[in-house]
Amino acid sequence: MSATDASIPAPDTARRSPWSEVLYSLLRSGTFLTGLGIVLFWIICALFGEHFVPYDPLVDDIINALAPPSAEHWFGTDQIGRDVFSRVIVGSRDILTVAPLATILATIAGTALGLLIGYFRGIVDDIVSRVLEAFMAIPVVIIALLAIVALGTSKITVIVVIGLSFAPIIARTVRSAVLAERELDYVAAAKLRHEGALHTMFVEILPNVIPPILVETTVRLGYAIFAVATLSFMGFGIQPPSPDWGLSISSNYGMIGGGFWWTVLFDALAIASLVIGVNLVADGVHGAFND
Amino acid sequence: MAILAFLVRRLALSLVTLFLLSVMVFLGGQVLPGNVGRAILGPFADERAVEALNHTLGVDRPLFVQYGTWIWNFLQGDMGTSYIFRAPVAPFVVEALGHSMKLALVAFVLVVPIGILGGVIAALNLNRPLDRIISLGGLSVTVLPEFVTGIILILIFGVWLRWLPIAAAWPKGAGFFTQLYYLILPSLPLFLVLFGYIARMARSGMIEALDSDYTRTAVLKGLPWRTVIWRHVLRNALLPTITVIATQTGYLIGGLVVIETLFRYQGIGSLIFTAARGKDFPMLEAGILTIGIVYAVATLAADFLYSVLNPRIRLGAEQ
Repeated sequence: MSATDASIPAPDTARRSPWSEVLYSLLRSGTFLTGLGIVLFWIICALFGEHFVPYDPLVDDIINALAPPSAEHWFGTDQIGRDVFSRVIVGSRDILTVAPLATILATIAGTALGLLIGYFRGIVDDIVSRVLEAFMAIPVVIIALLAIVALGTSKITVIVVIGLSFAPIIARTVRSAVLAERELDYVAAAKLRHEGALHTMFVEILPNVIPPILVETTVRLGYAIFAVATLSFMGFGIQPPSPDWGLSISSNYGMIGGGFWWTVLFDALAIASLVIGVNLVADGVHGAFND
Repeated sequence: MAILAFLVRRLALSLVTLFLLSVMVFLGGQVLPGNVGRAILGPFADERAVEALNHTLGVDRPLFVQYGTWIWNFLQGDMGTSYIFRAPVAPFVVEALGHSMKLALVAFVLVVPIGILGGVIAALNLNRPLDRIISLGGLSVTVLPEFVTGIILILIFGVWLRWLPIAAAWPKGAGFFTQLYYLILPSLPLFLVLFGYIARMARSGMIEALDSDYTRTAVLKGLPWRTVIWRHVLRNALLPTITVIATQTGYLIGGLVVIETLFRYQGIGSLIFTAARGKDFPMLEAGILTIGIVYAVATLAADFLYSVLNPRIRLGAEQ
């Protein structure tokens, strides 16, 4: 990335920009494309799934409860007779709203915080870094549990709590990237031009630390899905009657001792595929920026 | 002496961390929820009764006084009174922690040697199929939520093969081996999560050590390959792994909350889960702080081991 000011015309070169090089290596990465395929599949299911599933995922049919997989119900039915296949297909909707929003919140908050402490250093950096360390010493799920119990369960709470618990991790990444950048000549030049601190941080430095932020964000998205699914499984995330996967497992796993495996297996595999898909994408993005 | 200075600095750091954590727990457990008396007595209770209860509980005093009293009592073993059981929290926490330690121990005893072995084998077969299988497999199971791997393992070993019990509740007075038998399945999801991390660290440590000048020297001066690996490579390769193992303790405990819920095991995780479900804040706070302390102790232990094993720190070369 060049750090030229808008007033200075950029040199006209035939060289491909670094961004198109990144895009090029992404499109050639099998890892990235496989992951993207899986994630896109679930996004399409979330958006349009309800139009092509055979049954209404929310309508029960007690007479046909706990029916094993058959031609009629491909994945069987759950304990109140809802079609498991239909529920699995549309079950990605809530997690694919909550987890990305939480990640976006974490990225915005974490980037701002990381820029601030990386740029100003000194006592601010020391204090904030200690607080962040304390924050990261405890598993996110447990912090989230405490906050959600205190604030009450809702999608907004889950988004805010997960977003804010991930912000320190992103802040740490941004901070170390900023520490390297702030010693470079273009920052010194901005200071000589008497640019304000905010301008230097957000206009000069920020564009140059986008790659690590993007990598960290995709990695965090995987963890956000992990966290939302886990919270939903424990009853503190997405609430009934949503066909959410974690929630479905939570309401059906009590009966697997009776051999009703189909009520949980497909939801578990769905979560597994989505998490692995997002991680493959993250791996691809990481590779594309670090080649 | 250098080692002592290093450890004192680490100790100070973890005390700061624990203090900040306790402030967060205090805010989360005692300030955010609002009116405690109202929460306990319900929406129809008389206002004077609520105030009286708030006064008895001490929640009408200034925040820093409340925090001071709370943390002082906590440090002396008085973790408050459970809202649900109307009994002191401490004995519940101690008992639950004991159970969790058992489960965590089984997982650790399984995963540390196997994880290190996996990483070492992968590094010795760098970029060959065996390496790919271990690295990719380890990475895939590491990113999955514990309850997902847990459910799949329950289905395979508990429901289809019927080899292992699906709930970690052994009959009263069961012996060591019976308990172990019940703990194998719950420890497997934790094993899978940790395996990837440990194997990856051991693998990259090995690769680095194998590539180093001292290994080349050892080989060139004609030492047998076995001696080179055991005396020169492994010693250096496993240092970072120790740190990873300790930092993973925190995540292991986070995983316990889910695993213990899934397997109905009465540990600190299910204690936190039950307390969260019942809005039993004193229990919840005590559970979370206890986990924080366990985590801090584990990190310190790792720092200690690391500094003893690493001559660069032991001899004070770091400063």
